[in-house]
Amino acid sequence: MKRARVAFAGALHEATPGAAPGTLRLADGRVVAETEVVWLAPFEVGTIVALGLNYADHAKELAFSAQDEPLVFLKGPGSVVGHRGRTRRPADATFMHYECELAVVIGKPARKTSRAEAMSHVAGYTVANDYAIRDYLENWYRPNLRVKNRDGGTVLGPWLVDAADIGGPPQLDLRTFVNGRLAQQGNTRDLIFDVPFLIEYLSAFMTLSPGDVILTGTPEGVSDVAVGDEVACEIEGIGRLVNTIAGDAEFGR
Amino acid sequence: MVLSFDLPFEFAPYRLSGTVYGVLMNHRAALAALGEAAHRPPYKAPPKGPVLYIKPRNTLVAPGAPLRIDDPAGELEVGAALGIVIGRTACRVAESEAMDFVAGYVIVADCSLPHDSYFRPAVRFKARDGSCAIGPKVTARADIANPDALGVRVLVDGRPVHAAGTGDTFRGVARLVSDISEFMTLAPGDLLLAGVAPGSPRVGAGASLAIEVDGLGRLETRLAPAVEIAGR
Repeated sequence: MKRARVAFAGALHEATPGAAPGTLRLADGRVVAETEVVWLAPFEVGTIVALGLNYADHAKELAFSAQDEPLVFLKGPGSVVGHRGRTRRPADATFMHYECELAVVIGKPARKTSRAEAMSHVAGYTVANDYAIRDYLENWYRPNLRVKNRDGGTVLGPWLVDAADIGGPPQLDLRTFVNGRLAQQGNTRDLIFDVPFLIEYLSAFMTLSPGDVILTGTPEGVSDVAVGDEVACEIEGIGRLVNTIAGDAEFGR
Repeated sequence: MVLSFDLPFEFAPYRLSGTVYGVLMNHRAALAALGEAAHRPPYKAPPKGPVLYIKPRNTLVAPGAPLRIDDPAGELEVGAALGIVIGRTACRVAESEAMDFVAGYVIVADCSLPHDSYFRPAVRFKARDGSCAIGPKVTARADIANPDALGVRVLVDGRPVHAAGTGDTFRGVARLVSDISEFMTLAPGDLLLAGVAPGSPRVGAGASLAIEVDGLGRLETRLAPAVEIAGR
């Protein structure tokens, strides 16, 4: 099952895909065009845990060598924006890039959860676009929040897809298209630290709660985006998450 | 967001949101303690912007509840911090107006597993269950004349072990709110920790802990081994 959270006609709604393409069926029975609603993150977002350098090809692209421990960072809820949202590119940035990532949403509290048990704590999956602006990188708690925790920098959606629809640890193709051109691709089978490992690793020191989400990292193929670009992150069986790059002027800057 | 505790107070925004942001190396002496290392790899240069980290909801414990230590033989580093409670949505706020966005202050015991490298986000060291105590109450901004000149004292088993203050920082309260809100909007009830002076005490299981901050009272807690903490 796929579920979205949308705003329509003055209220928040849970929505599922409508029978006709491009439509949504709201929980109250109304069927609306997907362009008529405001898409929000498809679940109530708790703690956001993100992975860096979790695909060998991307780590190589950024000239990093193998790690003995995952590179984990945290993001705040203020950075989240839904499907069809807009993310600001500051005028002084020279390298702002998308990162298409499989987002794993926790459904059942996980504390000291073993690898073998880990998948039973997953509620489902969505697509994440975890933007970064490399101009602001500093070597203190890197990647620092000015790079990774900007308003609009965590795009989530469109759907929360039930874990049961995907089966075991996911092996799914990821693709990012910029203005329709294929820019990035990979497959979640190439994660250095896979989903069961990450749940075991994290839950050893931090209890994961329903709504917590793990952004599992991005494969190679990151590239600079410009104001006006449409960035679409696709994951097989999960969804196609669209975001548009906005300029400073739109934000009164 | 579901909080693991509640600390309501009698003025807007009345409660904390559950999002806690800390600032590393905000005290000049904390950076100075690294000496030349701050200029060498992997850092290469001292920080330019505020170095932030997040204490996620699993870290938060209520006033009076024990802090948690997983290794009964180990130690936690206790960072005594001034917590700045955000009162209004703060986006791109000028330093001269930043104090209007502060609702008040609270004492925070920000505990970490000791770690020597600040190159990577130290999530395994800083985001541990039950590692952040907040209390005893939120004091209104108007009751604190100058939040950048408060004495901070840490007592372990009743003995004073550390004394520092909220002064001599790279960024005071107003500047922190201003610089951070340039790129990330702070929401009502968010908590911003104004930094920790160098020399934070290390404390083991069983210790009782008190942090006093001038004008904010005294946060009292203890460090309990994980096995003792029921229901977590």
